[in-house]
Amino acid sequence: MSTGAILLWVVLPYAAAVVFVVGHIWRYRFDKFGWTTRSSQTYESRLLRWGSPMFHIGILMVIAGHVVGLLIPREWLYAIGITEHIYHLGATWMGTFAAVLTLAGLAILVYRRRTTGPVFLATTPMDKVMYVFLGATLAFGTLATLVYQVFGPGFSYRESISPWVRGMIIFQPDPALMLQVPLFFQLHVVTACLLFALWPFTRLVHVFSAPIPYLFRPYIVYRSRDAVGRSGMRPVRRGWDPVTAPPEPRRGRRSRVPRP
Amino acid sequence: MKVMAQMSMVMNLDKCIGCHTCSVTCKQAWTNRTGVEYVWFNNVETRPGVGYPRTYEDQEKWRGGWVRTKRGRLKLRDGGRLHKLSRIFSNPKLPEIHDYYEPWTYDYDMLLNSPSGEHTPVARPKSLLTGKDMKIGWSANWDDNLGGSLETMDQDPLLAKMSEEVKAEYEKAFMFYLPRICEHCLNPSCVASCPSGAMYKRSEDGIVLVDQDACRGWRMCVSGCPYKKVYFNHRTGKAEKCTFCYPRVEVGMPTVCAETCVGRLRYLGLVLYDADAVAAAASVEDEHDLLEAQRQVLLDPNDPAVIEAARAEGIEEDWIHAAQASPIWKLIRDYQVALPLHPEYRTMPMVWYIPPLSPVVDVVSNTGNDGEDADNLFAAIDKLRIPIGYLAELFTAGDTAPVDLALRKLAAMRSYMRGISLDDVRDESITEAVGMTGTQMEEMYRLLAIAKYEERYVIPPAHAEQAHDLEEMGCSLDFEGGPGMGGAGPFGSSSGESVPVAVENFQALKNRQTADRPSTAGRVNLLNWDGNGRPDGLFPPGPQAQDRDGS
Repeated sequence: MSTGAILLWVVLPYAAAVVFVVGHIWRYRFDKFGWTTRSSQTYESRLLRWGSPMFHIGILMVIAGHVVGLLIPREWLYAIGITEHIYHLGATWMGTFAAVLTLAGLAILVYRRRTTGPVFLATTPMDKVMYVFLGATLAFGTLATLVYQVFGPGFSYRESISPWVRGMIIFQPDPALMLQVPLFFQLHVVTACLLFALWPFTRLVHVFSAPIPYLFRPYIVYRSRDAVGRSGMRPVRRGWDPVTAPPEPRRGRRSRVPRP
Repeated sequence: MKVMAQMSMVMNLDKCIGCHTCSVTCKQAWTNRTGVEYVWFNNVETRPGVGYPRTYEDQEKWRGGWVRTKRGRLKLRDGGRLHKLSRIFSNPKLPEIHDYYEPWTYDYDMLLNSPSGEHTPVARPKSLLTGKDMKIGWSANWDDNLGGSLETMDQDPLLAKMSEEVKAEYEKAFMFYLPRICEHCLNPSCVASCPSGAMYKRSEDGIVLVDQDACRGWRMCVSGCPYKKVYFNHRTGKAEKCTFCYPRVEVGMPTVCAETCVGRLRYLGLVLYDADAVAAAASVEDEHDLLEAQRQVLLDPNDPAVIEAARAEGIEEDWIHAAQASPIWKLIRDYQVALPLHPEYRTMPMVWYIPPLSPVVDVVSNTGNDGEDADNLFAAIDKLRIPIGYLAELFTAGDTAPVDLALRKLAAMRSYMRGISLDDVRDESITEAVGMTGTQMEEMYRLLAIAKYEERYVIPPAHAEQAHDLEEMGCSLDFEGGPGMGGAGPFGSSSGESVPVAVENFQALKNRQTADRPSTAGRVNLLNWDGNGRPDGLFPPGPQAQDRDGS
């Protein structure tokens, strides 16, 4: 086993997981105020109305597919009658559909972000970095599915990647499982690890604010002043996006009084 | 019966001169920050008019507030919980910035620093969203004093409900001002719409607030509020709304808008209400019954049973006394001249309005008749169906009778008090015509016309025995991260728990001083300078100043 393999398939995922967990705790502890979707819908809603639901529904399907494919051993699925063939058809075609939905949504959202002036100005450097890793992860995942599953002979990741993931989860890592995995799958896994490491420091934290309790709470919320405790203004922390004025407009034609 | 206390406001529209002082002082106090340039916790609308944001009262379009289902239950007009969550990725009922207006500043620097030339330099408007030149097309009070209303008036959702003939007559007939803040409703649909549970009604005083640390920016509150008084801070990605100036109210001071109102038209006080009765009152079948149902939800603070129940709920004696002295209770229940804004939204709003009589008086006076004679005024109220219908659309879901009665009471007061002042006659027949006694009428006159500060604002401070806990009264700097604190948080001095509202820390001060772009790069915007410290850029650079002196 080479050092590189151990670094890639043991150290990197665990490091990413630690950053993911500790980062979220840290951010929740110290930046509740910055924990938001940072919606730009007030600036533009025509494109968002299509792009955002497409992306989000697509990515939820993708996540569900990953849970089934990676976490559930295939013997369990055999037991309830889902054979390899049925699984392969479902995973490939539903996966492709979800991928198309997600990527099309993402394309609309990125296009909107770049072309709508106020939205572009409200885009932070962190957002841009996040888009690169998110886009790369999605692109490699889709490429892997297309190249090996749809047009290729089919690669049985449930014999390699899935056991590797489950091994990582129960702290019995087996990097050897990942060595024979095709390139695009490997790239997909690596970019995903990097994305997870980046996650707590981006707007992606809003995933963990999915308002499920809304379904079960009473409509009107009462809270005592004393229970709220000391709330109020707080300093902007290093590392995320402070509330700032939009950048200075270009002052091309502007001439200044020359300094004496 | 579950007794709760509610801080409320009544505005006497007869006295509003539309000067916007309340809006300006409110803005300086609360929303002079980046991201909330377009946010007016308090705004003053000219009526008839389209309001702010434009046509916010058109609930067919914006879907705010509650509706009564066929089974007699309340449901959010924009749909229930699952329906809201299903549209969380893109909220289709959210007003865009252009439904408010695109915030802008002016290129003032041009006026100071442009070189000498043939033409006078011009400060061009610059968008605060894009930084580019823009054409100003709308603002918070663009149709002020019916300005340009020939083009926009037909968009007024209330006029749309009235007949064509009325529309043609509106401009001749009627104009008045409507100052608006958050209604701090008893049945707030914004709170019910918030998926995160970040919005809440304070159990002590009923003020509706947004927990900025819990808000996740889903924006459902903006759609849920039929008054569109929850705003989205487009920089922080969080909802913000009128706070009823809770840091001031907690220490017994009136809100900024009330304190600075030049017409002294705002009244502040507590009312006690039965929280268990709110849902039933908000779901009465006939919209015209909502006003009376809401009046009945409010509890008589002099009733021994109510006092007993209030004590059982832990409401302190000084608060019960304040509720007994409340001008709000008198105006809503004793005199019944105050009416709620749009009760048909079924949110049980708690900022009420005394409808304006002065347009009626003007009409009577302009025809050469005595504008203070009771019979003339009563006749005019009967005849002026257009303004009364419009007021009824605003305050009583279209039922003209309560508006009629309120205006008659105001007219009777006018003429009865003139009798006392000029002729020394107490003509009780005038007051009896509106179902009041002369003494009551004089009391109402005192409250409405003389309106001493302590009669207008009956605000019990938060409980004295808890005073040391109140954030605004704490003088210790020994909170975590404060100047008196020895150690810093684990990640340096700027990390750790949040700090009290009133203690402005270094970063917040710096941010506020530099948040709005000053006209000259590197200089401090003096409008945002609070007089503390000497930030960089407060004065022009030194060497330059010396050179100017030397030359």
